[in-house]
Amino acid sequence: MKRSFHSLWGRALVLLALAGSLGWAGAATPPAESKAQRYTLTNGMTLIVKPDRRAPTVAHMLWVRVGAMDEVDGTSGVAHALEHMMFKGTPDMKPGEFSRQVAALGGRENAFTSRDATAYHQQVPASRLEAMMQLEADRFARNQWADDEFVREIEVIKEERRQRTEESPRARMFEALNAMVFQASPYRRPVVGWMSDLDAMTPQDVRDFYQRWYTPSNAAVVIAGDVDALQVHAMAERIYGRIPARAVPPRKPREEPAQAGPRRLDYRAAADQALVALSFKVPRWSGGEDAASQDALALTVLSAVLDGYSGARLERSLVQGTGRGGKRIADSASASYGLMGRGPQLFMLVAVPAQGVSADTAAAALRTEVTRIAREGISEAELQRVKTQWMAGEIYKLDSVFNQAQELGSYWVQGMDLDTGERLMSRLRQVSAEQVQAVAKRYFSDEQLSTAVLVPDPSRREAAPPATPRPALSRH
Amino acid sequence: MPTFTRFLTRTRWLPLLLAGLGALTGARAAIPIEHWTHASGARVYLVASPSIPMLDVQLNFDGGSRRNPARQAGLAGATAGMLLAGVQARDGQPALDENQLGEAWADLGAQFSAQASSDRFSLSLRSLTEPDLLARAVALAARQLAAPAWPEKVWQRDRERSIAALKEAENRPGTHAGRAFSRAVYGDHPYGFEPDAKTLGAIGVADMRAFYRRHVATCRAQVTLVGAIDRAGAERIVGQFMTAVQPHGCVALPPVPEVQALTREQTLRLPFAAAQAQVLIGQPGVPRNDPDFFPLFVGNYILGGGGFVSRLTTEVREKRGLSYSVYSYFAPGLHAGAFQLGLTTRPDQADQAIGVARDVVRQFVEQGPTEAELQAAKDYLINGFALRIDSNRKLLDNVSNIAWNGLPLDYLDTWTDQVQRVSVADIRRAFARVLQPDRMVTVVVGGAR
Repeated sequence: MKRSFHSLWGRALVLLALAGSLGWAGAATPPAESKAQRYTLTNGMTLIVKPDRRAPTVAHMLWVRVGAMDEVDGTSGVAHALEHMMFKGTPDMKPGEFSRQVAALGGRENAFTSRDATAYHQQVPASRLEAMMQLEADRFARNQWADDEFVREIEVIKEERRQRTEESPRARMFEALNAMVFQASPYRRPVVGWMSDLDAMTPQDVRDFYQRWYTPSNAAVVIAGDVDALQVHAMAERIYGRIPARAVPPRKPREEPAQAGPRRLDYRAAADQALVALSFKVPRWSGGEDAASQDALALTVLSAVLDGYSGARLERSLVQGTGRGGKRIADSASASYGLMGRGPQLFMLVAVPAQGVSADTAAAALRTEVTRIAREGISEAELQRVKTQWMAGEIYKLDSVFNQAQELGSYWVQGMDLDTGERLMSRLRQVSAEQVQAVAKRYFSDEQLSTAVLVPDPSRREAAPPATPRPALSRH
Repeated sequence: MPTFTRFLTRTRWLPLLLAGLGALTGARAAIPIEHWTHASGARVYLVASPSIPMLDVQLNFDGGSRRNPARQAGLAGATAGMLLAGVQARDGQPALDENQLGEAWADLGAQFSAQASSDRFSLSLRSLTEPDLLARAVALAARQLAAPAWPEKVWQRDRERSIAALKEAENRPGTHAGRAFSRAVYGDHPYGFEPDAKTLGAIGVADMRAFYRRHVATCRAQVTLVGAIDRAGAERIVGQFMTAVQPHGCVALPPVPEVQALTREQTLRLPFAAAQAQVLIGQPGVPRNDPDFFPLFVGNYILGGGGFVSRLTTEVREKRGLSYSVYSYFAPGLHAGAFQLGLTTRPDQADQAIGVARDVVRQFVEQGPTEAELQAAKDYLINGFALRIDSNRKLLDNVSNIAWNGLPLDYLDTWTDQVQRVSVADIRRAFARVLQPDRMVTVVVGGAR
């Protein structure tokens, strides 16, 4: 996935990568043997297999339906810290040994933590799948390490936070915006965790989280590549299926209360360029036929019409300056929409004001584009254009088995079916211009708006905080 | 969705790794690269991959940033950026501006882009192979190649945006570290030229037109195609593209000088108030045609290229918790691209991290890897070979690389043998010849003193 400069608004791009196997212009669905299959192992673990026999390789992912949103205050970042510690051993495996063994198989590996889920993934030659499963099953069931390992790794995690967040004024601003947009929802906390929570985190915090959430019925193994689904099922039953079943603890709803009026923050930082982000609370797609899901589909089209291709509306009016008497408003402008997630979703409009243009002017210009659609609607040509792009994307995405596994895992995290991608594409194709106009009218009032402005303040360069002190760490 | 990963994936183009991409285990059938020379002089490389109805085409020319004049650093990239910003009316077809082109490509569900790297000026087309769509996509791309509009107004605007972005980047310590490192490692060599407001200000659309016509020439064109197409279809596409650029003729290009070796150790400390110190250590490395390419490639995997298991990651990150990201790589091109070691760490521990990293490099250069480390590297590289070629995209990168570097057509078929042949002694000898730890550049931006 293309990494945009902030994580909250990479989602619209991902949409191209979402969805199942709808062919170009109604091409035939894939033959039965290459369709994804889903099984439940005897201990409650889910197995999803997508055969794709183009090359003798396989993507193997283990997803756990637990992410930063399942944390509580004071231990933010623990889901991600656990992800790091999962590489630190089992009773039979020393720290680092997992990675050495994956490498010996010829495998590439990594893991990631999001608000909704944690996933561990490898790509290996298809002939090494069984060995890979054994390694992953062992660490999923028996993660174990000494306190000393944690003491070093938490320092690595703080460096990760410094590198991705502290060192980037824009990342810090979006972190602050997120904390303002959400009040009760656990989405308000950063995935990596607040620095003081990382400072205070203990090895036991991590072990408790592992014990609580890493149960077979809260996990799915997703495999895509050169495999036979029935054989993989038997293999997974043998290797993953014998992990003892445990109940998944209940989850508290922690619903976000309705917003009643605009919120705003100014974030001052050592920067030259300002940045303004407008965040609107909007419905998400649940996969059903309810009105909110219908609106979610239309919001997806709206996002693409604003910013889905080179020279789309936002770029044209704000960046090229065809909007206001030829004056350029912004150096860049974008729209994004979350579409689905375990928590509430946002529609965001973001602009970097051009030199000499105020953030308020840029914000007004962003909203003008939505208002214009609310007033005038969109053309059939625009509607067709974004649909055409999505349908082509459905073909291009077949080039990567890893992306296919990632997509199937993402749907499982949301509690959705294997055919979600196909259903999503087919629903998106039915969205009408009138629906897009209707959501542009409905969801973009001040009532649901949160605005963040990155205010350039060069004096902060000197005032930047010195390195934070921390407990002594043994040094070699 | 915000995600955090255990290990940072570097998006930077790493030619050495790319160069390593591809090949099959010995027993497997050869990768069928069809190669021929088109009547225009263009060299064509085709891998037919019929299972998905899509096609990728990449055109490469000797027009990368190494061809930039010093006073116009950024010219190759600007030319790539502006080439597709409009097309003139020609042969009864109307002019199209940037937005009409954006719409046309989106309507085709296809993508067409241009970029300049250090060595190459590249154009990339991705299209579905449904015959009508593909024909229209190729025709549109050919129109853009034949009659770019070079719109002055668009350049004024994009230059303004670029300069604003460059100015913004000055607030980031990584920007300063990268520039200082480039300057120190490459000296006057064009590999080290960095665009700024002044050099971008010295570039006009006429310069771009001239740069384009001079460098995008059929006599030096390399065209790589991977996808659901046969030779006859590929030949037709190449023909349309080459007809479009044929009028450029074929001007001989002057040689570009080699990167000069460093003569002394140099440590540059730039003060910067930042959450992390940025550390870069390195020197000129080797060109891609260096006979020790494989010992250096395999050796660097062990030293700092191998994800979680490299020596640098083990010593700096795993044992001491000093950094989230620490790596080394060679960037071999037509000239000796840099050997670069990079890490970021809390300012007060920069000196400690530098000390550890330098010790790792010095020891590796003196002693080379252990037999066990070499075996582990071979296991990874050889067993995982299929992962380097398991998509059209990866095949395209590999075959373009073979073409660009004049590697044999069976390069991918012999790749695992080449890795297998590397010995500890080869790596020790190659590293001792190529790297001089006592004459490297160290750049520290934002370290505490």
